[in-house]
Amino acid sequence: MSMLAQGRPTKQEENLIMPEQTGTETHTGNRALIVDEPLIFERGSPDRSGVDLPQAPDVETRLGGLERSSAIGVPGLSEAETVRHYTRLSRQNYAIDVGLFPLGSCTMKHNPRLNEKMARLKGFADIHPLQPMESVQGALQTIYELADWLKKLTGMPAVAMSPKAGAHGELCGILAIRSALEARGDAREVILVPESAHGTNPATAAFAGYKVEDIPANDAGRVDLEALKARLGPDIAGVMITNPNTCGLFEPDMKAISDAVHEAGALVYCDGANFNAIVGRVRPGDLGVDAMHINLHKTFSTPHGGGGPGSGPVVFSEALAPYAPLPFVEKMDNGHFYIVEEETAEDHHESSFGRMVAFHGQMGMFTRALTYMLSHGADGLKQVAEDAVLNANYILRQLEDVLDAPFADSGPCMHEALFSDKGFTNELSTLDLAKGMIDEGYHPMTMYFPLVVHGAMLVEPTETESKAAIDEFIGAFRSVAKRAKAGDEALKTAPHHAPRRRLDETLAARKPILVWKEPEEFAEAAE
Amino acid sequence: MRYLPQTPEDRQAMLASIGANHVDELFIDVPKEVQLDGPIRDLPMHAGEMAVEAHMKALAKRNHAAGDMPFFLGAGAYRHHVPASVDHIIQRGEFLTAYTPYQPEIAQGTLQTLFEFQTQVARLFGVDVANASMYDGSTACWEAIVMARRITKRGKAVLSSGLHPHYVSVCNTMARFTKDKLVYEAPSFAAAGDGDTLLDQIDDDTSCVVVQYPDILGRISDISALAEKAHAHKALLIAVVTEPVALGALKSPGEMDADIVVGEGQSLGVGLQFGGPFVGLFGCKQKYVRQMPGRLCGETVDAEGKRGFVLTLSTREQHIRREKATSNICTNSGLCALAFTAHMTLLGEKGLRELAMLNHKKAVQVADRLGSIKGVSLMNDSFFNEFTLVLDHDARPIVRRLADQRILAGVSLGRLYPEDEALAYGLLVAVTETSTEEEVEILAAALESELS
Repeated sequence: MSMLAQGRPTKQEENLIMPEQTGTETHTGNRALIVDEPLIFERGSPDRSGVDLPQAPDVETRLGGLERSSAIGVPGLSEAETVRHYTRLSRQNYAIDVGLFPLGSCTMKHNPRLNEKMARLKGFADIHPLQPMESVQGALQTIYELADWLKKLTGMPAVAMSPKAGAHGELCGILAIRSALEARGDAREVILVPESAHGTNPATAAFAGYKVEDIPANDAGRVDLEALKARLGPDIAGVMITNPNTCGLFEPDMKAISDAVHEAGALVYCDGANFNAIVGRVRPGDLGVDAMHINLHKTFSTPHGGGGPGSGPVVFSEALAPYAPLPFVEKMDNGHFYIVEEETAEDHHESSFGRMVAFHGQMGMFTRALTYMLSHGADGLKQVAEDAVLNANYILRQLEDVLDAPFADSGPCMHEALFSDKGFTNELSTLDLAKGMIDEGYHPMTMYFPLVVHGAMLVEPTETESKAAIDEFIGAFRSVAKRAKAGDEALKTAPHHAPRRRLDETLAARKPILVWKEPEEFAEAAE
Repeated sequence: MRYLPQTPEDRQAMLASIGANHVDELFIDVPKEVQLDGPIRDLPMHAGEMAVEAHMKALAKRNHAAGDMPFFLGAGAYRHHVPASVDHIIQRGEFLTAYTPYQPEIAQGTLQTLFEFQTQVARLFGVDVANASMYDGSTACWEAIVMARRITKRGKAVLSSGLHPHYVSVCNTMARFTKDKLVYEAPSFAAAGDGDTLLDQIDDDTSCVVVQYPDILGRISDISALAEKAHAHKALLIAVVTEPVALGALKSPGEMDADIVVGEGQSLGVGLQFGGPFVGLFGCKQKYVRQMPGRLCGETVDAEGKRGFVLTLSTREQHIRREKATSNICTNSGLCALAFTAHMTLLGEKGLRELAMLNHKKAVQVADRLGSIKGVSLMNDSFFNEFTLVLDHDARPIVRRLADQRILAGVSLGRLYPEDEALAYGLLVAVTETSTEEEVEILAAALESELS
């Protein structure tokens, strides 16, 4: 992920060379294959449609007098126009399929197409969540098998499959912790979160009703164990640790942290966003973790889709297993599977803290992730971690001469390399470097995250990049970094070659236009 | 291995340039005692595509696919025909494998489709603005209640008995932790719905009233009176729409002065998928926009004065505001939102209204056909494409037996309300454009047989 620094001012640049000036302007405003595509509201109309529907039967309606009388205001297009509209728009997007996507903390690995094929088998895609359980035994077995993989990969005895994304998984874990503490009559108020944590961590803790306090880091970029121990006490419910952490470093004191936290009567939540660095090689269960969410859309290759859907199952320790939410899948003695819902929870799982979402979870992502796990196997997944870590270290060492890498001297990084903007001149920033990378044909790395490093740039190549692809990326990154150090003015107005120049985010926030309006409507609203 | 492009020579060269002999040296910060000495035991080793396909196909085959037999389930997830183009659009690599559009200059594809999606949802719901999606309808419903609490500074939400019981369950779970008070009771077989009860329950401690439209038993009620009373007490009306196709035929909740409208967009573009991934819809009045959870896409211009789109009002969100965020949501349901908007675009207003009428009128025919069977009575006076039949036997075992005969008869209320003896005789039947007359007759014959 990357950090948007709110209110970055942009304005029409004085030194911009517009196409009119070079005589290269076009009648359409298009630039060859990059076509400016209007909105559907500007292209379509309410009486156009791209579907043919059968005639409705000739019967009286029974809508209780609530028939719609006014227009909705949604346009339609024919099929060909629709396909063209979205095809043109798609071509204005960067994607993993287009090139290396170095977003630290996001794990933008290749999304295998076998996953897509399997998810679309009608036996998975065309089944309803409330069908009688005997009619969906294959689906329940799929969930059960995936749950088994997750438990074995993490060395944890239980898993909640229903959370819909990582942040939802974090909420699940924190609510389980809260339930466990309330069950022993020891409700506590505070959760400790490192300053370097992903924003969802404190947001989740607050959403669950906790006060959040920072845990400081030491100079080596790790959790300050002594400071943590000093703060532990009867008001601390738990800690949320990311391991490897958001600086791309393993927390070598993780077991000691867990032990200290447990001794103080609290519990350990681990943010599993960076699991790609250790999958198949280290089991978080061996590190004393009580709950950890896993991002299937990161480590296990389900597609990011432009903002989801994700899936965030949560593995639990023995201490938290009884509190896991509903529903989940269990196996009977006769080998058949059933879903433990509100009804059966009382017999088997009376401490469950309840249901977090309608139905059973992200089945579409389960089929994709299981397909991926079966493809890699235990040996392949271990190789995934090793190649991910190797690739990141290679990038770190190839660039540490030209970019400041705050932790480069203290040893290897894990699956991501962290750089800062130290040494940039002429008031150039990480943002400017990032926009320069766009012109080079790359999506920028994660920017301004973690917060603990100035102008942070977090680079995660993942294991699905070849050495050749990484070398090309390094060449581009090196070139733009050098320009940033040299104070190259042109970076301030980058990107120059993307479908859009820098966009005015300040304006967007100051005068939000969140829906399309007819021009007259819009003029009225503005008055 | 087909997803790992590095060769042993590549790895050697890279290690050499780092100054390491073995990749183990890169794991030096990980305590030796927690590093495994080999691949995890009890898990299979890698497999080629053919073997993986065989394994997954065997699992898929053990499920009754809805399209292979008479199918009448609804209850918050509906089987509609998704035009062939939609799946091709969402599988374009530039959409499928794109990220959240934090770098807008190279994400106008995603951003423009989100802007179009937001506009379609806002118009469908009859509200001023909508966000770029939530996980699903149930979590959107809870987030709406949380938003109402923020706005009114009150902690009591009145939930209609017509709200989907899974949605109620989610709200109950969360309210235990946030200490919100929820007023709710399970429904009964009353054709009129619980509007009068709800009106009585609104007072000056109420933050919001939450109604589903159409409700879990398929009933449709005018919610304007609820809006009026809620507003008189400075509370909000939240409408929940689990079947957006209904809005092709019905007045929108916004037209009846709902403040927040949330719902499940699964019906359009997304497919059943055993319950997920789905797509949460979230819209509200303009005055509440800064209290909304989730991503928002807004229009702006670039440095050349060209129109473009960006994520905006981010100070509400976790990556800026952290513990003061309106929600912790990050990844939402982008690709499903794309499927929804593409399906809506193919339909257009004309197509959506035709689709809605087709659903409703078929449902009317089926309701009358099934209601005429001995031992079956139709509860609803009004409905869209889903209605409640009251049988003279417990519906749940009937549904199970019919499933064994490859007839997916609907959702028994016993499955949704296992504690409620009275509701055990209820069967929810959904009819969409995908149901055929032949399938209806098969269901009718099977019910006749069961109830004779």
